[in-house]
Order: sequence, then C-alpha cells, then structure tokens
Amino acid sequence: MPEELFNSTIAELSGLLDRGALSSVELMKAVIARTKAVDGRVRAFNSYDEEDAMAQARASDARRAKAKGSGSGAASRLEGIPVGIKDVISVAGQPLTASSRILEGFVSPYDATVTRKLKAAGAICWGRLNLDEFAMGSSTENSAFATTSNPWDLERVPGGSSGGSAAALAAGEAVATLGSDTGGSIRQPAALCSVVGLKPSYGRVSRYGLIAFASSLDQIGPFARSVEDAATVLGAIAGHDPRDSTSLRQEVPDYNRGVSDLAKSGRRWKLGIPREYFGEGLDPEVGAAVQAAIGEYRRMGCEVREVSLPHTKYAIGAYYIIATAECSSNLARFDGVRYGHRSKDAKDAIDLYFKTRAEGFGPEVKRRIILGTYVLSSGYYDAYYLRAQKVRTLIRRDFLDAYRDVDVIVTPTSPTPAFRKGEKAADPLAMYLNDIYTIGVNLAGLPGMSLPCGFTAGGLPIGLQLIGQPFKETELLAVASAYEQRTEWHLRRPRL
Amino acid sequence: MPQPNDLKLDHIANLARLSLTAEEKERFGRQLGDMLDYVALLNEVDVEGVEPTAHAFPVVNVWAQDVPEPGLSVEDALRNAPERRDNMFVVPKVVE
Amino acid sequence: MNYEAVIGLEVHVQLKTRSKMFTRVAAGFGLPENTLTDPVVLALPGTLPVMNKGALDKIIKAGLLLGCEIAAVCKWDRKNYFYPDSPKNYQISQYDQPLCRGGCVEIELPGPARNVMGEHKRIALTRIHLEEDVGKLNHVEGASLVDFNRAGTPLMEIVSEPVIRSADEAFAYLTALKTVMIYGGISDCDMEKGQLRCDANISIRPAGTAGLGTKVELKNLNSISFVRDGIAQEIRRQTAVALSGGTIEQETRDYDGQTGLSQSLRSKEMAHDYRYFPDPDLMPVEVDEAWKSAIRATCPELPFDKQRRFMEQYGVPYTITSVLVPDRGLSDFFEETARLCGKPQAAGNWIANDLLRELGAAKIELSQSKVGPAHVAGLVRLVDGGVILSNAAKEVFVDMFRTGEAPEAVVERKGLKAETNLDELERWCAEAIASNPKSVADYKGGKESALNAFKGPVMRAAKGKADPKRVDEMLRRLLAR
Repeated sequence: MPEELFNSTIAELSGLLDRGALSSVELMKAVIARTKAVDGRVRAFNSYDEEDAMAQARASDARRAKAKGSGSGAASRLEGIPVGIKDVISVAGQPLTASSRILEGFVSPYDATVTRKLKAAGAICWGRLNLDEFAMGSSTENSAFATTSNPWDLERVPGGSSGGSAAALAAGEAVATLGSDTGGSIRQPAALCSVVGLKPSYGRVSRYGLIAFASSLDQIGPFARSVEDAATVLGAIAGHDPRDSTSLRQEVPDYNRGVSDLAKSGRRWKLGIPREYFGEGLDPEVGAAVQAAIGEYRRMGCEVREVSLPHTKYAIGAYYIIATAECSSNLARFDGVRYGHRSKDAKDAIDLYFKTRAEGFGPEVKRRIILGTYVLSSGYYDAYYLRAQKVRTLIRRDFLDAYRDVDVIVTPTSPTPAFRKGEKAADPLAMYLNDIYTIGVNLAGLPGMSLPCGFTAGGLPIGLQLIGQPFKETELLAVASAYEQRTEWHLRRPRL
Repeated sequence: MPQPNDLKLDHIANLARLSLTAEEKERFGRQLGDMLDYVALLNEVDVEGVEPTAHAFPVVNVWAQDVPEPGLSVEDALRNAPERRDNMFVVPKVVE
Repeated sequence: MNYEAVIGLEVHVQLKTRSKMFTRVAAGFGLPENTLTDPVVLALPGTLPVMNKGALDKIIKAGLLLGCEIAAVCKWDRKNYFYPDSPKNYQISQYDQPLCRGGCVEIELPGPARNVMGEHKRIALTRIHLEEDVGKLNHVEGASLVDFNRAGTPLMEIVSEPVIRSADEAFAYLTALKTVMIYGGISDCDMEKGQLRCDANISIRPAGTAGLGTKVELKNLNSISFVRDGIAQEIRRQTAVALSGGTIEQETRDYDGQTGLSQSLRSKEMAHDYRYFPDPDLMPVEVDEAWKSAIRATCPELPFDKQRRFMEQYGVPYTITSVLVPDRGLSDFFEETARLCGKPQAAGNWIANDLLRELGAAKIELSQSKVGPAHVAGLVRLVDGGVILSNAAKEVFVDMFRTGEAPEAVVERKGLKAETNLDELERWCAEAIASNPKSVADYKGGKESALNAFKGPVMRAAKGKADPKRVDEMLRRLLAR
C-alpha cells in the first residue's frame, strides 16, 4: 500500500480519499515516511515542517468529514493532497530561502497567491524544495545548501532550477509540486527526471509571492505524474490576481473537462516541427526518442509539418541580457537592512551592502548581477537591453507566424539527458547553451510543457517539449494527453 | 556593440554593491568577456523598425482603486529585522 | 559686470491619496514608526507593485490645471540606486515618458504696494511625473534608524524650465503652485510635513547674455521662505565668486535655514548611474479623452482666474480678493454670501476682516466656524436696511461667531435695533435746525459742512441709536424745504 500511495497520481488518490478508503493523514504519513527514507540521498528538500503538514492533513480530513455530514458536493480534487513547493514561493510562517545564504533565517509573513489558492483548494503545502540559488541555473548545483540528485541516477543532476521539485516528485516525496520557469526551469528538470512539467503562458498564474528572478519571463507552474494531474493543479493556481499587474484578466477554463472534450471531438491536431531545434548539439538518443514520439503522433492521425523559427539562434543571447538585467535590479533588495543575512563587520551603511551581498550571494548569482548591471549601465542600454528586447519581438513573431499553420510545436526539451554533477559547473556559457530549446518559449510568453518520451540506453529519462499558443493551455494539454494515453513512459518510477 | 574589454569590473561591482575578491574579479572578468562575445551575435539581427517587447502581451491600465487595506503589524514588519531599536530597523551609520 | 540668475525648480509634491502608490496599505503622516507597512512597502521577497488609480487621477488633474499635455501612453521605469531608506533599492519612477509635459504656472510678483496688484508671469514647466517616496532615516549615535511609513507614498515631481530669474520669482512660483495643488485637492502641500519639497538648480550669467552658467543644485529648501532666502544667498555667493575671478563648481549644496548658509555636499565617490529600464512588473498607462474629460469636470477654477473674476464681476478690491482667493473654502464662502445678500463688497469686507480675525483669535478652521454664509449675508442685510448701525453690527458679528445664532436673533436679544421711528427723527432734526439759524444760513449759502452742526444734537437726542445715513437724508430734506 505505501508504495502505491506515494507513487500515485492526484486522480487516483482523490478517488481513494473521496471513497473514504484513505485519509489525508494516512497519505501525509506515507509521504513523510518516504521522504525520510530517501531524501538523505535525493536532497530534494531544503526543509519540511512535519508537524505543520500533519496539522494541514488533519484539517483536510475534518473538512471532508464535515462536507460529508452536510451533504455538500464533491470535494476539490486537491483536497488533502500534499503538494511540494519550490523554496522560491512564499508560504506564510515558513522559511523562504531561494536556496541562498542571503535569506537564511527568513520566515515569510505572507502567502504567495498560488499558496493561498492551493490552500483554498484543500491541498497541503508540503516542504521547501531545493533549487539553484534564486532560480539561476540548470542543475541545482548553484544551491547554497546542497545539490539535489537525480532519482534515476544519484550521480547526476536533476536539472534546474526547479531540480528539487522534479526530483521530489520522481522520488515519491510529494504527489505534485510547484516550480518556476524563467528559461526552462520547470520543463528541463521535468525532462531529466521523467515527470510532467508545465510552464503556463506568461500572465496565466500570479507571480505574487514568487521571488523574482526575471520578472518579464518568470512563471509558476506544476510538476505532476500525469497530464491530467498537471491540468488539475494548473486549474487551481491559475487566474487573474489583483496583486500581480502582469496576470491576465481572463477566465480560467476547466482544463480537465476541456481536455476530455477535445479528446472526444476527435480533432486532428496540426503539429509543427521547427527545423532549428534538431541541429547540432542534440544528443542522438534524445533526437531518436523525440522522432519516435513524432511518429506516434503521426500514427494517431496528426498532421505533422516542418516549421521555421529563424531567430532561434539569438534566443540565448537575448535571454541572458534581459534576464540578467532584470535580476540585477530585482536582487538589489537583498541588502541586510530589513531581513535576511547581514554582514557582521560593516563599518557603515554602504559597506554593509558590499559585505552582506558578497557574503550572501553565490558565484552564479554574482556573475549574473554583474552582467545585468553592465548591460544596463550608462551608455550600454541601447546596445544591449533595448536590442535584446527588439530581438525578443522577432522571436515572438517567429512563433506566432508558425501558429498560423500549426496548433502545437513539438521539440526536444533538453538537448541532452541528465549530466553528471560537476560536469558543466566550470563553464557557465556551456551551461547556458543547454537551455536552447526552452528559452524561446519564455521570451515569447507561451505555454510549454515537457512530458516523458523515453529513456536512453543507460536508463536516463528523455523529455518531449510541446509548445502551445498564448493562453491555449487546454489545447496544449490535450495534445500532451493524447500522447500520454498511447505510451507508458510516464508510468515508470526510479528505483531508490 | 561595445567590446568586452571595456568592461570596467570595479565600476560595475560598485554600482551593484558587491565586493569581489581578486580571484572573483579575474574569473568573472573572463567569464563575462565570454558572455559578451557570445551575445555580440545579436548584432547580426536587423532590428530596424522593430518595437521592443517589454511584456509578453499588451495590456494597459492595470490598477487598483485607492481604498486602503490593512498592512503588517509593527511586530510582523520587524520580525525578520537583523537589528531593531524603537520599532525601527537599525543600519550602521549612513555617511554621505 | 552685472549678473543675472537662471533658476529651475524641481518640486516634489506628495499626493493626497488614502493608500500608497503601488500597494494598498494606508498612507499617512505622524503615525508611530513602521505602522504603515505591508510586504510590498518592505520589499519582502516575492512582492509586486500595483498602481493606485487615485494617484493617477490626481496627477492628471494637476496636469490639466497647469495646462500640460497629458501623455496618451506612458510607462514606469526603475531608477536603481542603493540607500537604506529605499526598500527595493530602486525607485519606481517615470524616466523618458512622463505623464505630463509642458504647461505653466501663473505667478504674481510683489506689487509696488500691498494694495496694488503685482506683475503676473507664466513660468513654463518641463514635465510632471509620478514616482514613490522613500522612508525616513533617523540618525543616532553610530547608527541610523529606518522608519518606512513614508515609503511608497505617491510623489509627483514638477520640473520647471530654467526660466525663473530671482528669489522672489521662485517664492511666487512655489506660492502659486501650492495654491493650485491645494485648490485641486491634489496635495495639502504642508512643507513642515514634507508634503512639498523643493530643490533648486541655480546658475548665473552676465546680464543680457543667452548662455547658461555652471549650475549648482541647492537642496533642503524646507520652507517657502528658505526657498527665497536660500536662492538669494546662492545667487550672492555665485556672484561673489564670479566677481572675484573664481570659477563656479558644478556641485550639490545643502542649505541650512538656521544659519542662512549652504555647504557643499562632498561629491559622491562615483557619478550617478541609475540604470533606468522599464519596470517589467507594471503595465503602461493609457489616458484617453474620456478619462481626461472626467477629470476635467472635477477641475476647479484656477485661483488667479477667480481673483480676476471677483474683481470684475463683484467689484471687490484687489486687497480683499488676495485674502479671499488663496483659500478655496473662503472664496466659496464669499461667493455664497454674496449670492445670498446681493452685496458682494460688504460681504467681502466682513469675511476678509471680521471673519478671519475671529477665526484667528479662536484658532479654528473655517470648516469649524458656527458662522455660515447665511449669517454673514443676514448681517449685511440688517446693516444695509438700516435695521442696525455698523458699530452695533460689529458686536452682532462677534456674538454670532461665538453662539452661532442668526444675526436677527442676536439683535433682538441684545436690543441693538437702530432707531427707526421717522416721526421722532423728523422732530429731532427739526428742533436742531430751529435752534441753529446761523448754520442754516451757511448751508443754504452753499457750505456743505455746515450740515454737521445739526448732527450732534440729533444723535444726542437719539441716544446714539439713529442711523447717521438717515439723519443725513432727513436733515437735507428738511433744509431743502
């Protein structure tokens, strides 16, 4: 029973909870036990509050009992489900570190909007999941606290920056998790850990309570064991938020119903394969798995055609200018004045800034702050930031042009499977280039997801990326679901 | 685009309020040079007449009405303060 | 050589909104430290700004009142710099797309005498933009204490063109600007509370030349008279430097109102590089005609327009209008009184003299006064109708100010009614004429002042309750027979 519990989907568990075959307390206990058993090796969590989680589970059971007594309708699908939270999303009364020394000891006094929404849906906010410091990285090696291990091969990285969120789910330490995605930070670790990861359209989910890395690119999204679960969590967290001016005022559809309606309609999807995403640098095994997945879509009767996204090769450059510029400003607030780490030996206020920030930030964060400060500095703004924003326009235009002919674009998520810890740590640029397939989606503000589509001969997961049109998450999920229905990759679990 | 060798690392670190060790200066200087070389690729792109994208979708006038809501108690406001005195945040002396 | 000054003012005005610029915690002054904060004000990790519609309405109103061009679209930028009073270490401001451009402030320079209107001039504005205020640092031994109550308060920066020529003009500019802001309900502009703050950019050049000299920024002009004194002192300082053959350094100087002197602020170790870029957390503002019209409908008449109208429409003298007009409440009070009694000049006198005197003595605001326009209008009518005499009217005013009673009731209660028995008055006048034939002859011989000789005995007979005007009329009528 316990193994089935911690490896089950939300859909399965909520059925058990609804029937009274399982209590939230039992589920939470199983997840805690699993976490204690494996997290010493996986290191997905920065911290977790067992007592608080159990209290939430008891409260959920009480709500369920009360609802049953009063004969009110079916509970939310997330009622009593433990959802792990990336440690860059605020939960009132819990630590919030961004895996950085500069926030060591900080306890947030407020809930992020997604946290509030998850709680309102009855979910249990479970633990603080590790990440690359301030979500800057692709491996969690930049965490100030620990490098998370890939549950499929503990010597390898889980991807990043939401490595803790992907690994925890793959290892059975949560039923679903939340991550954030600025340049691929949900999709790439989802691919490397063989789970479903969804980055919604920019503006679909409120960023209030998400520590900003690059405000115009960041978006919160779910990791889940199935496309259906991802749709469930997205439905709970999406929607306009008066506290986030960049969240779009647009109704949130019932994604699960939308997906099943589309499945019934027998719609023949038109899929685009961007030729620029299958060139140099793509691992042959990854390429083969993705081609096999495309073949599967063909067999389903989908129309597959080649499309072109001609500005793809400029995406990484534009991204690193825009993201670092925004981060250099966003991270200015970490100064040791109001909260967080403060240097012990500052002689005056200015000195306090220099020392606190030197002690508190890790090398990758410093590197990006320096680059971002440089590109915004006097005389360089037009050459770098403004030009990058114009290139961003062209990249977005490429996608919108392609969508005149196709519904969804299909690509690999990551050019390679999980790499070994330390393998790319010395060369930041090589690490950045690894984000080639995911970055364009953020620059264009599109929804994108990664789903399991195979394994290398060595047993490492491979992810398939699907890229949807703005705010058409339902169609994106429907295309993903169609593939998932015909394959079994998503059912495999790592041996731990 | 300016050449990476005009990267005045001390000046930039100063603006960013980051003190860097000699080793960091050497390493970051080199890595940032690499990055700037790489992003010089953007110079190839013809951006004549292209509007910059600041937001992924265009929406204007997102605001709230001027109606006050409760804020934090003094206790909550200062709970995370590294140092406090008389309900205020203490910082070392500010020298102009 | 003669030098002339070239002055541009940067004025910061705190908007009178209920909540802050980018979050909804209350804005306010004088509250205990750090009681007006929320996660956004403290820049806690993960927080985001949301614009205050009320603040946008107010800056648009300011722009319309000052004749600015209101931008069809504008955006928000981040101004990056570190300082402990700035929670995010960047300030949300407007860099290259301010909400208002152009416009002007009409000013009045001191006239040749107090009762003569001075010259009017228009000081052109460069721009007005909106930003957020910072917190407050309290310096103690070896440390500084930060209070974030003020942080995030909506702040409007009004930048003038460098067209101000003297300390007096600067003073007049600030006075006029302040009046417009208060009229529009845009700000209370209390300099003591920091609701209006002023920095001046000052340079000098040989009189009559067109170039611009090296400019010095003068900060901490914390009261309206410090603005005048500080600028005057700086012009003298620069002139002295120039005359002695020295060069004026580009610098920022701190004015000390106590000593009347300024001191150079050591130039910062590095030049400012604010790294402005568009704030990705905020969407642009688009102002359409409908929005502008709606705000325009709430715009009051400008103070100087009102003053001209009071003088033309009501024939009220300049000195009285210059008392009534700067206070919108008082001028409204006046107009209502004038409407009720139809005697604007008398109404203006009562309000500008007696009402203000009593308010001052009682140390209360107009809004707290028990005397309303109906009271004053009633009093004017009583005097005009000869029901009471003007010396009795003064007594009635003081009484009704204290009690709030209608003037008629006060007159009744105190028995202050003037003598109105015309038969009796005629008898007293006839007796006075009969007993003084010499003055009768003088008067009839064309000596107008001879009439006064009869007035004393009449007033004595009336025990002071006769209306001098009526006595005058009656005597003339009887003498004309």
